[in-house]
Amino acid sequence: MEAVSSDFDLVLKAFWLTVQLLVLSGIASLVFGTVLGAMRVGPVAVLRKAASLYVSIIRNTPLLIVFVFVFIAAPKLDWFIGTPFVIKGVVALTVYTSAFVCEAVRSGVNSVPVGQAEAARSIGMTFGQSMQQVILPQSFRAVVPPLASVLIALAKNTSVAAAFGLMEATARMRSFTNDNADQRMEIFLAFALGYIIIVEVMSAGAITLERRWRTAR
Amino acid sequence: MSTVLYDHPGPKTVARHRLYTVIAIVVLAIPVGLVIWRMADRGQFRYALWEPFVTPDYIRVLLVDGLWKTLQMAFLAIVFAIVFGLVFGVGKLSDHAWIRWPSWLVVEFFRAVPVLLLMVFIFYTYGIGDGFGPYWSVVFALTLYNGSVLAEVFRAGVNAVPAGQAEAAYAIGMRKNQVMRIVQLPQAIKIMLPSIISQMVVALKDTSLGYYIAVPGLTFVGKQIYGEFNNQLQTVIVVALLYISVNLLLTLVATRIQKRLLGENRSEAVGRTDAESGLAPEADRMG
Repeated sequence: MEAVSSDFDLVLKAFWLTVQLLVLSGIASLVFGTVLGAMRVGPVAVLRKAASLYVSIIRNTPLLIVFVFVFIAAPKLDWFIGTPFVIKGVVALTVYTSAFVCEAVRSGVNSVPVGQAEAARSIGMTFGQSMQQVILPQSFRAVVPPLASVLIALAKNTSVAAAFGLMEATARMRSFTNDNADQRMEIFLAFALGYIIIVEVMSAGAITLERRWRTAR
Repeated sequence: MSTVLYDHPGPKTVARHRLYTVIAIVVLAIPVGLVIWRMADRGQFRYALWEPFVTPDYIRVLLVDGLWKTLQMAFLAIVFAIVFGLVFGVGKLSDHAWIRWPSWLVVEFFRAVPVLLLMVFIFYTYGIGDGFGPYWSVVFALTLYNGSVLAEVFRAGVNAVPAGQAEAAYAIGMRKNQVMRIVQLPQAIKIMLPSIISQMVVALKDTSLGYYIAVPGLTFVGKQIYGEFNNQLQTVIVVALLYISVNLLLTLVATRIQKRLLGENRSEAVGRTDAESGLAPEADRMG
């Protein structure tokens, strides 16, 4: 354990970068993904098609390829040349995660039973009213579990940034294992524990939210 | 789009939607146009940069050393993952706490750890030097991760089989393992097949992580090609298209199987209960 404990500040720094990547790209992809989701369930056909094209392209592309696009291919077009690595990492993670956020949002809206909308319409609510007071509050609840799993996957996906020169937790583990060949198992378990803590905190948060927002049915 | 959210649009609304459509097309065309203009401006359409992808030798390298290796790794990983998933998924359902708890621990551990971290650990601890090399490091890392995900899928699938089935089996005098083997698992597998195939898409995408430990595969071959021709943008586009087409093909197969096995109307009901049962619809499966 000495390798980890003697350089514990490096471990903390690495996980701090992981958390930064997670929070920044989490917020950005929630915003962008919700916009995409709205486009996908909205009434304008072109936007619906564009959003679903985006989703099916991104969902079938490995995250690593998205990173290669941002870090290696984009500079060929003189884009992202002086940009800090963290920002580039956040861009790549956001481009990827938004597609999954979009799907979660869409499935949330679709999960509200048709009868709810029919009931709202039949007592004379307008589109705006029924959306605001009946559909959205329910879809908001339904979206929590799938969104939580998307964000948890994002937490693990930040590790891909390691391959592109960002010294986050996975890259730090690699440098630790290279320097301390005899303590590989301990080092791995220590870093795995860090990720497990992040993931467990997130899923505990999701369960709390779900419980708080659950309606009596 | 049929919806109960609003009335059938009248002439005014139709006109308004037409206006939105025009605006949307213009707004969407701007970024696409910008990329194309940039590519033209920076000379990225030059034939020399695209040449490797119409040269038979390089196509062969891409398809044989790249795509084929990638598919092999994904396939092996999924086959092993199904075995791993079956063992631990059934383990999680066991009546004995001493089987249930370790299975739970193993599954939770490998599900929470990033697959790249796992890959780096396996490669530097067991793969390097006299070890089994980077290729098997990728396969084993993907096996452990996807196997744990599948264990969860199997557990949820078995629980999704109506309780009456197991009760009926017990009632005619079957033993516990007969009930699982003859009654529950065959029905569960039918429910889970689409999930297994969409997990294959995840495994296929994750093989690209082998880039970090220099495993031959599509991404690595791409790296060699752009190292030689300095055509990063073109290579990435071609490699991405290859991944996308294979994955779309797999998704198509998954949808077909789902339709054949479950029938059209039933799949909707399944889609609704999926989130609760742990059988996330394939759309949510991110990696």
